Amino acid sequence: MRMPLLRLEGLTKAYPGVVANDDVSFEIGTGQIHALLGENGAGKSTLVKMIYGLVKPDKGSMTLRGQSFAPTQPSDARRNGVAMVFQHFSLFDAMDVAENVALGMENPPPLRDLARRIRDVSEDYGLPLDPSRLVGELSAGERQRVEIVRCLLQDPKLLIMDEPTSVLTPQEVEILFRTLRKLSSEGTSILYISHKLEEIRALCDEATILRGGRKIATCDPREKSARELAELMVGQVLHPPERPARPVGDVVLSVDKLSLKSNNPFGTSLKDISFSLRAGEVLGIAGVAGNGQDELLLMLSGELLSPSAQVQLKGLPVGHLGPNGRRKRGLVSAPEERLGHAAAPDMSLTSNALLSASERKGLAKNGFIDWPATEAFARQIIARFDVRTPGTHVLARALSGGNLQKFVIGREIELDPDVIVVNQPTWGVDAAAAATIRQALLDLAGKGAGVLVISQDLDELLEVADSFAALNEGRLTAVRPARGLTVEEIGLMMGGAGDMHVAHEASA
Amino acid sequence: MILGSINPAVLLAALMVAATPILLAAIGELVVEKAGVLNLGVEGMMIMGACVGFIVAVNTGSPIIGFFGAALGGVALSLLFALLTQALMTNQVASGLALTLFGLGLTALLGQRYVGITPPRTPKLDLGPLSDIPFLGRALFTHDIVVYLTIALVGAVWWFLKYSRAGMILRAVGENHDAAHALGYHVKRVRVLAIMFGGACAGLGGAYLSLIRVPQWTEGMTVGAGWIALALVVFASWRPWRAMAGAYLFGGVVVLQLNLQAAGVRIPVEYLSMSPYLITILVLVIISSGKGRSLNAPGSLNKPFHASS
Amino acid sequence: MIRLEKRKEPSKFWRIANPFLAVALTMFAGGVMFAMLGKDPIVAIRLIFFDPIFSETFASYSRPQLLIKSAPLILIAVGLAIGFKANVWNIGAEGQYIIGALFGAGVALAFFPAPGWYVFPLMVLAGALGGFLWAMIPAILKTRFNTNEILVSLLLVYVAERILAAMALGLMRNPDQPGFPGSRDLRRYEAAHNAELIANTGMHWGVVAAIIAVIFAYVMMTRHMLGFHVQLAGQAPRAARFGGVAPARLVVVCLGIAGALAGLAGMFEVSGPGGQVRIEFASGYGFTAIIVAFLGRLNPLGIVLAGFLLGLTYIGGELGQMMLQLPGAAIQVFQGMLLFFLLALDFQTNYRIRLTQGMRA
Repeated sequence: MRMPLLRLEGLTKAYPGVVANDDVSFEIGTGQIHALLGENGAGKSTLVKMIYGLVKPDKGSMTLRGQSFAPTQPSDARRNGVAMVFQHFSLFDAMDVAENVALGMENPPPLRDLARRIRDVSEDYGLPLDPSRLVGELSAGERQRVEIVRCLLQDPKLLIMDEPTSVLTPQEVEILFRTLRKLSSEGTSILYISHKLEEIRALCDEATILRGGRKIATCDPREKSARELAELMVGQVLHPPERPARPVGDVVLSVDKLSLKSNNPFGTSLKDISFSLRAGEVLGIAGVAGNGQDELLLMLSGELLSPSAQVQLKGLPVGHLGPNGRRKRGLVSAPEERLGHAAAPDMSLTSNALLSASERKGLAKNGFIDWPATEAFARQIIARFDVRTPGTHVLARALSGGNLQKFVIGREIELDPDVIVVNQPTWGVDAAAAATIRQALLDLAGKGAGVLVISQDLDELLEVADSFAALNEGRLTAVRPARGLTVEEIGLMMGGAGDMHVAHEASA
Repeated sequence: MILGSINPAVLLAALMVAATPILLAAIGELVVEKAGVLNLGVEGMMIMGACVGFIVAVNTGSPIIGFFGAALGGVALSLLFALLTQALMTNQVASGLALTLFGLGLTALLGQRYVGITPPRTPKLDLGPLSDIPFLGRALFTHDIVVYLTIALVGAVWWFLKYSRAGMILRAVGENHDAAHALGYHVKRVRVLAIMFGGACAGLGGAYLSLIRVPQWTEGMTVGAGWIALALVVFASWRPWRAMAGAYLFGGVVVLQLNLQAAGVRIPVEYLSMSPYLITILVLVIISSGKGRSLNAPGSLNKPFHASS
Repeated sequence: MIRLEKRKEPSKFWRIANPFLAVALTMFAGGVMFAMLGKDPIVAIRLIFFDPIFSETFASYSRPQLLIKSAPLILIAVGLAIGFKANVWNIGAEGQYIIGALFGAGVALAFFPAPGWYVFPLMVLAGALGGFLWAMIPAILKTRFNTNEILVSLLLVYVAERILAAMALGLMRNPDQPGFPGSRDLRRYEAAHNAELIANTGMHWGVVAAIIAVIFAYVMMTRHMLGFHVQLAGQAPRAARFGGVAPARLVVVCLGIAGALAGLAGMFEVSGPGGQVRIEFASGYGFTAIIVAFLGRLNPLGIVLAGFLLGLTYIGGELGQMMLQLPGAAIQVFQGMLLFFLLALDFQTNYRIRLTQGMRA
């Protein structure tokens, strides 16, 4: 075995009420691609924050190249050759690429020299970048390149990557893997954090699995099946959701050649969107983050208005109606951002039940709120969707991601809709909650509702969708049956390849 | 006839003097906002500077020391704001208002024995032959040193924000404090320093009012100059040179209005004297009517930052 | 090392305890301030906070004053609090108060000397309308042009003050006494006089309006969808839009309510305790009401208590000026400190202080 670059011994970090890391030890070899595998909340983020100097461990020690290593801030880590690509990018939208790179470096050269080096390095590694562009205007994949190039310019010995592929198309993932393999062959170690098993088996030399803050195992991922890894990660056997065969009915929702400007200066405007959704159908919409998913949801939920006839619900024009007008007629939605959009963080679950249910559940008469009925409704959601909470008075922000998501999706399903639109329904949710949510959506379709799932998780879409389309730079591909689609075909759809734009002109 | 009695060179000269106090306050607030903090207490810090600067100048006989005192007074009040918003995580809007209310009260108390006194004179800067140039000499080169230092300060702030590494870090903190924190920058330290700079500038602006422009101390003498400075920052889209252009534009309105009053136009004084406020509102409307957030507006402006890790 | 740690839920105890603690701290700090001014701090604090109500000598004068000073504060603060909850920062209530007074007085002066019963009700409507319209300026600029309502509402205070001066010196000046600035005394015009309803209590129509406003606001904020939407918009604007709240409408509603209530306060003041349109008519109620709103936790019932407390400082301040030659500005400092202490203490509501041991390297 190669000489270890970094050794972690007995790292422990506790926050009030939760032990994020409990006595975690493992080694990363020089030039090794080491996977850190675990569910949301398993303690991966805390662990890498300790390595990067953002969090100080309560106990334990680290050794880097034989030397004791205790970074007190990220600049210590960077000086020691540790670089990190963040999951939620540490980028500044209103600043250009060169400035963003400079901010992540210890001793950046003058901006003009830096711009040249950015061009050189980014092309060397197959990640071309224009240093003078504003980061806010870049796609998610390009933004990640900025982060990676920022790290590469510092000649790192250890590169930490936190869930890097969640924002990439399958083709972009291939490019990234090539870059990482090249780095590894040049002697750079990589700590690769993910919960995607196939990726880890394809890329990594060794994997450490965390569950509930403890190390469960360190193994060679290529010697394990994805199923074995999943069981190590989750700690139980999970069943894929059942998809009862069901008849597909009439069109319940249709959108006709709709273009809509984004309300966010760094958002993506929708261009010429057309599709229709039938009763009982689950339509999956894939796409890399930032290709118009948010806008599509806002357009369907009624938060962005459009010419009335271009959005039709059960044959009636609803484009001009706001969220409550659409809910009344049977169209409900659950946006991606749980805290702050789908739910008000500092309000109780009861208040959050009222948030979208007041109209359809008749919880307010002449504007006066029936609080007991609202609380009963909140209790009903909690009971039916197995939301773990001490009660309805609890603030939304006090719930874990999975529990809050069950509450939010449960609230919309309990409204007994004809059409439901969800964006990233299981993003950042533990596996058990994700399974519950997917099953609930399939059951709703089974009862004859049209279900539209916008997701960046291809595995999820392939699991639940009957038909499939992809968003790319605000355009939607033609809808195709999900059965029989290969990952390559899907990748091409997400990347906006020409032959997939059946009816409309493709973007360059 | 009325306009004919106004000498353009004198008008231009007076305009620069009228613009200087709000420009000082605005350039300070611009830096504060670029760091992502909204300090609505500019009016309070200004009046503090006006009062403390006046008291110090009268007691020492030196306007220069007075200006130093004013800057310290502004910093002292701004530290109170920094304590509240950065350490104790209070609402920035409410804290800024508290600062203004407190500053107005405190200065009324501190300055009550100084009403009606004339402060020591601040000399004009002797620019020799420059001030003999026809028209321009009278308009541009007959001022006290603070007018020129203020222009230099605008240039310095512009350079700092655009070209220095510290300025880049300050902008980064204002644009996205979470990302800046993740990269290891000390968000709060940067912000506290920016707030102190803003306090010093507002204090100097206030002292310019009480020591040079008026020159006298009266209770509540800033009459909204701090608020106009805040509006100026928005008008300038957070760009230093535009803030200066805006301040001079505003100074022009004030001076013109005063000249019209003096020239005895048949409009009641009360209506003429509301024009600076109305113009400020009008300009705010024109600037803000562009859709969406200006790219230059700091992304984390007025958002509280608490490191979770 | 001291660290702040966000609480899972805001502490209910501190939410209620902090205003009381803030008052206590303000009294203490105020005492220190008085000592520095060379006054006996205990005497001064007693004079400001206790004597207006409990002293045999002063109470007969100052007890009725309590309602007179508190009613406008409460009336304005109730409206402001609704806006603050929605993150609509109307800090120009002073201007709305002035314009309401001018509208009310304008109606009265237009009818003078007609004796009709309808004059006063018309004045009430005009007062509310004046404040409402003045508040609509920032509201419409905000919704149409996205102009910052904080700056516009505040700048309009200075405009309103100058309109007030122009009116006192011009249009509304008393034609019988052209040598003096100021309008006719409305207290001498019976149909327009907002007189005491019960002798020697300070109870006038403004107090009645304040009580109604408090009840109305309480019901709206706790029982009605509009109140729910107000809170939603303040806490989570995106969630509010998802919940079907139209942000523009809410801005108009919040500013409209606050403006109308401030206008009413001004109208009741000018037709009663104030008596006439004068240059010095505006006494800062619109700004003090901001403190009242915060001290009352933006809660209508809390605002009643806070309104009485700050009303008391006005009266106590006057007593202090009379008896101890305390500077009038001392009360302003007092009020400012109160808000500071409250804001500073409030971190305990949302954060827990933790003492952590220094890290081992």
